[in-house]
Amino acid sequence: MIESTLVLQLGIIGAYLIVAMGIGIVAYRVTASTAEDYYLASRTLGTIVLLFTTFATLLSAFTFFGGPNLTYGSGPEWILVMGLMDGIIFAILWYVIGYRQWLIGQQHGYVTLGEMLGDRFGSKRLRAVIATVSIFWLFPYIMLQQMGAGEALVGLTNGAVPYWAGAALITVFIILYVAVSGLRGVAWTDTLQGLFMLGVIWIAVGWVLTSVGGVDTINRSMASSNPEFLSLGGGLYTPQWMIASAVTISFGVTMFPQINQRFFMANDAQVLKRSFALWPILVLLLFVPAFLLGSWAAGLGVSVPEGANVIPVLLGNYTPAWFAALVVAGAMAAMMSSSDSMLLSGSAYLTRDIYRPFVNPDASADREGWIARFGVAIFATAAFVASLFRPGTVITVGDTAFGGFAQMTLPVMIALYWGGTNRQGILVGISGAQLFYILHIFVPSTPIAGVNLFASTYWGWDFALYGMVLSAVFTVGVSLLTTTDTSENSQAFAVGTQAD
Amino acid sequence: MKRKKRDYIWIAVFALLTGFAIPWALWGASTTIIGLPIWLWWHIAVMLIASVSFSIFTRGAWDRGMAIDPQEVKADD
Repeated sequence: MIESTLVLQLGIIGAYLIVAMGIGIVAYRVTASTAEDYYLASRTLGTIVLLFTTFATLLSAFTFFGGPNLTYGSGPEWILVMGLMDGIIFAILWYVIGYRQWLIGQQHGYVTLGEMLGDRFGSKRLRAVIATVSIFWLFPYIMLQQMGAGEALVGLTNGAVPYWAGAALITVFIILYVAVSGLRGVAWTDTLQGLFMLGVIWIAVGWVLTSVGGVDTINRSMASSNPEFLSLGGGLYTPQWMIASAVTISFGVTMFPQINQRFFMANDAQVLKRSFALWPILVLLLFVPAFLLGSWAAGLGVSVPEGANVIPVLLGNYTPAWFAALVVAGAMAAMMSSSDSMLLSGSAYLTRDIYRPFVNPDASADREGWIARFGVAIFATAAFVASLFRPGTVITVGDTAFGGFAQMTLPVMIALYWGGTNRQGILVGISGAQLFYILHIFVPSTPIAGVNLFASTYWGWDFALYGMVLSAVFTVGVSLLTTTDTSENSQAFAVGTQAD
Repeated sequence: MKRKKRDYIWIAVFALLTGFAIPWALWGASTTIIGLPIWLWWHIAVMLIASVSFSIFTRGAWDRGMAIDPQEVKADD
């Protein structure tokens, strides 16, 4: 009996992943062999596809497994943090950074952030710095998908499939996937995945509620098991922590290579407008059910084995085995498509901003393609090896990556809007804040003159926020104090209201 | 000048949405309505208002703040 369940579960997961792969191959066959098509699907994404591909990229292990695990342990307030972060702040940045980048990208044909800024400031070095920093922070985030997949299969199969096997499975799939398909394939599967996960998570809520006899039953048992869950705040959830998480994640997300490249991809401004207005709704539809399930599991007294995720365990208890397997398959596929997008964008940064300008300017398109695929394989394998050491929870690892990206956001924003920004300013702004952030991660907290240096918070606020302030101060300050070089092109970002 | 004034109104709207997405005023409240905590309903309401405001913004106010200087942009065209 147990064995046949296992076969069924693995069969469903295998079948789902193969279907997703099939879509990638079909998309590959319609992909033209130009870089703009491979990386940006020739800037032709429509609303639904753009929205879902951006959304599905956010739909990573961080959302599906990390989020519910957090609400399982600490209460459902994470819904508020993620709602504010994704539904409001990110939506506003979607306009402030995204739309502006789209306008500029339309005029000059940029494909990556580094390319755009490198051209504006006449600096290959800046281009390389941006690409290097981005690839560096991409690493923990890829690792997080592998951790999520490993933990999901442990939870679903009760440990019959070991952690490393789940992580290895997803690694193999993403390498294959990126190798055979370009952005079009990724965008198509993202849309499928997004719609699928949205539907399935609501079915899961319905199923759990019906089998336990309604939400009141859950609330009653929650009132005795975790009385603090229903009241807002408390425990982990301090105002400082909630604000810092929402701000660093939303600002960080805009600099994620795969999200940032999405800013260049829209077909027309209409697409960006519609996505902008739909954003808060989509966020509600996904986060409320997903995160409530985590808290309900705590209320229902579901016990989660060490190193597993709460969602597969909860579904295993209250829904048929095939359904639980389907949800896990969907989540793994979503994580896979997130990883694909990330790796694809990472490889765009590697080839266009580092390899071509510094190593081999005359490389053929074919050669560039092989360098990109080779880079992806090495990168994903290294992340897999690192994921075996499990350096933290899915949330901590994700948070670190988001914070690292967030250190770049303000310098980029300033450069997008303020013509007075110069090369030295943005270079010091980006590298200075990175240095500050990395020191805080790797140097243990040391008390010096009554203040804990390199601490994770100062006066209750996350160090990542101080890094962001520093990045803005450096960018503006150094720009004011130094002279602008003649090779800088401060008119490059002057775009008009007529661009629509 | 009128355009400038409306810019500020939009900045205020965005700021209010950001400020109220987390129901700070209900800190510690634990009443539930139809099974969900009251603060979650608040959040849901704010998100719906946000979506409506964003869609109004895309209709009448899109492109705001994108041109640093209209004159300069015209010269560019």
